[in-house]
Amino acid sequence: MASSFERIADIIAENSEVERDKITPDSHVINDLGIDSLDFLDIVFAIDKAFGIKVPVEAWTQEVNAGKAPAEQYFVMKNLAARIDELVAAKGG
Amino acid sequence: MRLEYFQMVDRVASLEGESITVESTIPEASPVFEGHFPGHPLMPGVLLVETMAQASGWLLLKLMDFARMPFLMGVKEAKFRSFVGPATPVTVHARRIHDGSGYAVTSARIEAEGRRICDAELTLRIMDFPAPELAAAMRRRGQELGLA
Repeated sequence: MASSFERIADIIAENSEVERDKITPDSHVINDLGIDSLDFLDIVFAIDKAFGIKVPVEAWTQEVNAGKAPAEQYFVMKNLAARIDELVAAKGG
Repeated sequence: MRLEYFQMVDRVASLEGESITVESTIPEASPVFEGHFPGHPLMPGVLLVETMAQASGWLLLKLMDFARMPFLMGVKEAKFRSFVGPATPVTVHARRIHDGSGYAVTSARIEAEGRRICDAELTLRIMDFPAPELAAAMRRRGQELGLA
């Protein structure tokens, strides 16, 4: 089975104008890939469906805006994949 | 319906679980029909989308107990299958198919006289009310519709 990073990268490529081979583990979804808020919600919807979870985007955004977490923690691809894995594991547990 | 005021929902027929059915009648006369189209009045597709969005919005408002406001942000798979004109009663069905973080996705359709008029998948962003006047207005109208 494809890794979470690969599945998320495929979803981003399918739901935006970003080319798949431009997406690396170190890509920042917004700063590097230029995903806007509308495309990002489409991507989150696709991730929610694909992984059977509810990505807590609002809570993440509030943490970042409040200075409680760096944006990279959630919005760099390898970290995003790790957060998704955590959500999937929490759901399974 | 009061097209000029973007009031597309006349009454709520039912609300069960994550689905709502609302009823409205397209007005017999409106300046909208003077342009769309002269001599051949038709309900514009964009206003049919707005009608599906408002049905979805009332559903979401009720599910959130009017705590936050849904705003239309995406329309997918919109298909306009039949024309519909003035003085036509329509039934609008909307169902929440996904409850996301800060957004929701609904599936909606409009029927009239036994025909499918249109359908679409709508994405609505869920936000805090940007103005207390809007929150009060939505709750007031929600009370008129029997939702609040």
